[in-house]
Amino acid sequence: MIRKRETKTQELIRRFKYNKSAVFGLILILILVFLAIFADFIAPNDPTPSPPELENSLKPGFWSEDGIEGSPLGTDMLGRCILSRIIYGARISLSVGFVAVGIALALGIIIGVTAGYFGKWVDSLLMRIVDIIFSFPALLLAIVIVATIGQGLDKAMIAIGIVYSPQMARVMRSSVLYIKEMEYIEAQKAIGSKNLRIIFRHVIPNSLAPVIVYSTLMMASAILDAAALGFLGLGAQPPTPEWGAMLSESRLYIVTGAWWAATFPGIAIIIAVLGLNLLGDGLRDILDPRLKT
Amino acid sequence: MKWYIIKRLLQLIPVIIGVTIIAFSLIHLAPGDPARTMLGQHATQQELNEIREKYGLDEPVYVQYGIWLNGVLHGDFGRSILTKELVVNEIAERFPNTIELAIASMIFAITIGGLAGIISASNQYSITDYTVMGIALFGISMPVFWLGIMLMLIFGVILGWLPIGGRIDLLIPFQRVTGFMVFDSIITGNLNALLSVLKHLILPALALGTIPMAIIARVTRSSMLEVLRQDFIRTERAKGLSERVVIYRHAARNAMLPVVTVIGLNFGLLLSGAILTETVFSWPGLGRLVVESVYERDYPLVVGCILIFAIIFVFVNLITDILYTFIDPRIKYE
Repeated sequence: MIRKRETKTQELIRRFKYNKSAVFGLILILILVFLAIFADFIAPNDPTPSPPELENSLKPGFWSEDGIEGSPLGTDMLGRCILSRIIYGARISLSVGFVAVGIALALGIIIGVTAGYFGKWVDSLLMRIVDIIFSFPALLLAIVIVATIGQGLDKAMIAIGIVYSPQMARVMRSSVLYIKEMEYIEAQKAIGSKNLRIIFRHVIPNSLAPVIVYSTLMMASAILDAAALGFLGLGAQPPTPEWGAMLSESRLYIVTGAWWAATFPGIAIIIAVLGLNLLGDGLRDILDPRLKT
Repeated sequence: MKWYIIKRLLQLIPVIIGVTIIAFSLIHLAPGDPARTMLGQHATQQELNEIREKYGLDEPVYVQYGIWLNGVLHGDFGRSILTKELVVNEIAERFPNTIELAIASMIFAITIGGLAGIISASNQYSITDYTVMGIALFGISMPVFWLGIMLMLIFGVILGWLPIGGRIDLLIPFQRVTGFMVFDSIITGNLNALLSVLKHLILPALALGTIPMAIIARVTRSSMLEVLRQDFIRTERAKGLSERVVIYRHAARNAMLPVVTVIGLNFGLLLSGAILTETVFSWPGLGRLVVESVYERDYPLVVGCILIFAIIFVFVNLITDILYTFIDPRIKYE
């Protein structure tokens, strides 16, 4: 029997299915996306009840006989249901990941394409600027930007987006440098197409594979860094149910034995980051086998 | 080789100038009038003008940058707004603590991570391999501050073996010489202090070292796998060298190159991690200082700290590149 020829997409999907850890990562992320979208229906309690139910402060969850009814993972110091806050937190962390990486993508693609396509002094100039931004450890630069433009979740997203754009620019640039030498680009130039048209119709679409892979992995770091800013009190502000901020608010109470309030938000971060890392590694193996380490 | 190093040093100049421009723009863009911040709310117009003149705040931006850069080059980063102490002194006091923490965590990360990678690679696809790589994957996905809190919870609160924060037991007399507390307690022969300092060091170093450890384990493994497939390894096995000698003496040595690169590349991660670890463990280092000064909007201090961080980072990258050519002389450095 002759096997029907599969399209490129079908082939990629087949290869993806064989990669168990990538599928596992995708499942983790889909669960989080589901939780984020339907948080209003899934969360057992209000994540930010006002006034706070202080009589429920730091009650343990299902593992204890004194566990509080209706909050399986216990409550924090203001008597808020930790499970509900984690579910709502998925919404925040995922949007931070998307927005920050979106900013990095937009900036990175513009810088990378300009540098790679036009070369010469444009390239040197842009890459020196990128080098300079690279001389700051990522989190430190994000802290610096937040210190300048002010604290808050929206500003943290912008800061992380800016900090990540040079990495994206480098990936995009090297990809463009390769595509630029292809014959079909030369053909376009020969028939007199305008630079902008070549860039948007041919160079960018063909350079995207490594960028997509990188975006997934970058989203994992973006979520980690946003949580770190939240933890330092420079990102999401209370009472926002952001995982890093939750950890920070509850960490002092571990001394009193209330370990759950600081433990579970951290596990949520790990699930999100692990899922994205597995998915990113898998996508890399499938889309761009050259990058495999 | 000599020319390569000189060339790389020269290349650093524009980068460092860029770093100072970014740092300077930060103070400049920061909300608030610096003269008023320095003098407080009740200053008179005349006092404000005097300060503006003294610090050149009424000059154009590029002149101000020049004045500021000149100061920085002479080691004058200004004074902290909060403590009125010289920024240089504040940094010098905290700096050794961060370095000690970084060194301790790297020793942990390199020995355990390297060993785990080697063991994993020489038993590829075994249960050990899967376990080690599973832990490593978990390790790179973990927020360092969460790990710190968990270590604190387990070893500090529940088991009570180790202190949950600080640098030394404050009841122990300690004589400061260089600021490096481990070193100081050794040269002053202060055994009690040494013990206390080391005890306080363990948990933060474990927390900070775990992510680099996981990365090193993964890179060592893949690099070892590549080396183990090469002909000279087969020859050595064929001539009857013991597996131990083959792996630890010959293969591991050849597999170290990517590991060195990765350690250098992830140094930024280590510095970022230090900021968080120091916050978790109330560790009196530079990372804690930068966060505190951001809270207090103490801009001269913030700028001083980020300049130091950036310069350390840039030089570590340079050293990595140079080491690279030393380890593998085949790499051309024109």
